[in-house]
Amino acid sequence: MTKEEADNGRDDMVIDVPGQANAVPDGFNANYLRIYYGKLFPHADMFKWMSYGNDGKHPGCDKSYFGRREFSFTLENDIYIRFQSFNSVTELENSIKEKCPFKIDIGPVYSVDPAKRHAYAQSGNNVFTPVERELVFDIDISDYDDVRYCCTGADVCLECWPLMTIAIKVIDTSLRDDFGFNHILWVYSGRRGVHCWVCDGKARRLTNEQRAAIADYFHVYKGNENSQKKISLPGLVLHPFLARSYTEVLKGFFEAKLLPNQNLLASEERYEKILEMIPDASVASELRRRWQENKRASMSKDDINIVRWEQLKSILQSGKQKMQGLRRCVEEIVFSYTYPRLDMEVSRHMNHLLKAPFCVHPKTGRVCVPIDPNNCDEFDPTTVPTLSQLLEELNRGGLRQDAENEWDRTSLGESVAFFRTSFLQPLLKSCKEEIENSYNAKLQQSKNDLSWSHVSLKVLLKRTKPTFPSLQLIHQIPSMKWF
Amino acid sequence: MEVFQSHRKSSSNNVIVSILPFYRSAPPLEVRLEDFEFFAMDRLRVLKGISDGLCRGKKPEEMEKLVVDLWKANMRHPQAVEEVNKDIISHFVLRLVYCRTEELRKWFLSMETTLFRHRFRLESSEAQRALMSEFKLPYKAVSNAEFESVKDKLGQVARSMGQNLAAADAIFYKVPFEEVPDLVSGRRVFIHKGHAYVAMNQVVSLVVTQFRSYISKALILTNRKWTSTIREQEKDRLTPIVEALCTSYLGPDYSQPQEFGEISIKDIDQVAKTSFPLCMRHLFEKVKEDHHLKHGGRMQLGLFLKGVGLKLDDALAFWKAEFAPKVSAERFDKEYAYNIRHNYGREGKRTDYTPYSCQKIISVTPGIGDHHGCPYRHFSEENLRAALVRMGLSSRAVEDVMDKVHNRHYQLACTLTFEAVHGSSCDAGINHPNQYFIDSQRVLQSKNGSVA
Repeated sequence: MTKEEADNGRDDMVIDVPGQANAVPDGFNANYLRIYYGKLFPHADMFKWMSYGNDGKHPGCDKSYFGRREFSFTLENDIYIRFQSFNSVTELENSIKEKCPFKIDIGPVYSVDPAKRHAYAQSGNNVFTPVERELVFDIDISDYDDVRYCCTGADVCLECWPLMTIAIKVIDTSLRDDFGFNHILWVYSGRRGVHCWVCDGKARRLTNEQRAAIADYFHVYKGNENSQKKISLPGLVLHPFLARSYTEVLKGFFEAKLLPNQNLLASEERYEKILEMIPDASVASELRRRWQENKRASMSKDDINIVRWEQLKSILQSGKQKMQGLRRCVEEIVFSYTYPRLDMEVSRHMNHLLKAPFCVHPKTGRVCVPIDPNNCDEFDPTTVPTLSQLLEELNRGGLRQDAENEWDRTSLGESVAFFRTSFLQPLLKSCKEEIENSYNAKLQQSKNDLSWSHVSLKVLLKRTKPTFPSLQLIHQIPSMKWF
Repeated sequence: MEVFQSHRKSSSNNVIVSILPFYRSAPPLEVRLEDFEFFAMDRLRVLKGISDGLCRGKKPEEMEKLVVDLWKANMRHPQAVEEVNKDIISHFVLRLVYCRTEELRKWFLSMETTLFRHRFRLESSEAQRALMSEFKLPYKAVSNAEFESVKDKLGQVARSMGQNLAAADAIFYKVPFEEVPDLVSGRRVFIHKGHAYVAMNQVVSLVVTQFRSYISKALILTNRKWTSTIREQEKDRLTPIVEALCTSYLGPDYSQPQEFGEISIKDIDQVAKTSFPLCMRHLFEKVKEDHHLKHGGRMQLGLFLKGVGLKLDDALAFWKAEFAPKVSAERFDKEYAYNIRHNYGREGKRTDYTPYSCQKIISVTPGIGDHHGCPYRHFSEENLRAALVRMGLSSRAVEDVMDKVHNRHYQLACTLTFEAVHGSSCDAGINHPNQYFIDSQRVLQSKNGSVA
């Protein structure tokens, strides 16, 4: 929708001042949110997602499933309420509309309804515990501040955003090809990063230990300002995952984009950071000497960063280099600038709360929209719809009687459509299959059990007995019989 | 005595050769009360020895030798059958002892798994294969055809670890990646579409994971039985033994500050300079410099200060004041005060959290923007040397400390630092930051006749 279209007016528009009457000043506040939650936030889709097929239509459905999911709301004035749970889409929708949360977080599915947790916590057996939770990742561009010179902190621009794009590519490919996951949702965090939700049944049922293992598998960039070497790639060759990431994504991006755009070798301050990573001091000094002599424009018209990078590569990768640490030096440099920097803590624990998609970010007003991993090069964080923009678009559409699918009239429509077709529908289809299969398997199992019924009594008793000292033995006192 | 399915008979002479029980079920044996206690204590010496070895950062080969030595010293018996029974009985007794809290369970699980891992590795490969099928692991060996198709990738993985894909390793197992978290974690396997290709020599990991998972569940069940029936029923017989066994071996946890009672907020700056170990000094300096610390740092330093004797009100005042340039008082009360109170057991579960031991601190991985962890492990050489010099160490002392660091003996490095700073020896070695603090205060008090 452009200003011209608005200016030309529409026949059915009642308002008199063309263009201006629809304008909604930029901002983020409860009033805007109320309309957003009233007309645009896709409550039903979120409900369907979180139900994972347990909609009660199949006898194998678990009707308690949705009600055991924790949500948390951050209200205006930073009031934070945890352990919110709902039993239906209506309850969810009404609560959101009524409370108008500035942020909604999604937690795990617990063993019992979070609202009843106190009753179970008393017995001391910790029966209130997470049982399912998506595998999630959080990547934040402010963790890359030491390798981007165009912005710092919360800012992001089209020069540095591609760091997020390649992170998505590396992680998404690995989740699918290596780990075999299929139902993956990438979401813009609203300001400076991306979140990833892996929703396969297998992923939701991972233990904390398994989540930590996956996070460690992805953990290549280690360290902080106190440690110096943040990437260490020992070994004669790279693990297939790292090799694939390097050749398919990281190398190309580093050499063609990051190196020239961020001028990583153009000035002394910047090239020193790279020279520091070379373990052989004589190689580093040789390059330093060459570059100091060559401060002015070089003979060729090629970008100075690329010229110097070629020089660096040719020294380090020449057959003459025998030193152990130099073998992977070029890759280490590329990795330390470009390899995804994940927040490990987010992924490790089932009970970590993560912001829900389609929330609005309070500081930027932008909606947390899904990102298509197959087209992530096209994603532009600076053009993501904002709250005020969406309200303006609603206004332009005029009054409508039917309140369904209002998002279609706005820029949000595209995101909701993508969410449904690329993610939600395939996911639900797969969930239904899973529910059906597991139900059929259980039926078969109980048929098998019945056929052994004449023996089953004893078998059952044996199965329910724990394999450790039971009451019985303690009663047999005189000798300390103990089994 | 009953014979168990985990006995192995060597085909040659029908004598029970290697026996590695899985502790599936408690044996129907009669056990004398003294044996109940002494068997457990012997095993506990083994487990404690393993714990010490891990703390000191021993490499796997060193740990293996340590396990052999510990077992020989404490658990051997001339008659194999007796040895097996002692093995099994002592394990089950210690299950009773260590099932009772989350922290005890974690420790026991960790030590028993390490013990099992090394004992398993020492078995012959036939014995290992037999044990694997005993566990009924449903993993099939990879077919020749499939092996050919992934051979390159498998070779890549081997070479990335500095090994070679020998012909002998042509036996690979294909298992769901969830079954081998430690191999996945270290990128020591090739994974494709959710399956990990595990080499025969990595099979240990498979079995150990099963073992670990089984023991973990068993401990929970044991705990339930203990709380619901055993503790009360056995209160005159087994319960006192069980309760004594535990406290006699795990050192003090420093959750209740003892000798020096309280430290008040005005003392902190001074004692930080004289008596804090390097990890806490660093955090302390950073919070003063940045007026902020991330969560990991707040926990590590905050709990340490609690153990040192800082009362809750002083703690709140301390953090609030340090954060003041960056965090307003209202925001502090909203975002940080709750967690501090939580650490002191005044909120939520009301658990009184214990300060972290060296073992715990060494094992974390600080991320971007973090300052916690163990500096001897996590700092670059340059930064560590600089920090040691700032603590007042001579260049000779710095070299000695760095030598320990290069050999991954982080706690010994800290001990040497202590000795250099205080000019007195520390025979027990440093196992806990609060221990460092207390020992330091003791030394200073004996020198000056006053605290700090």
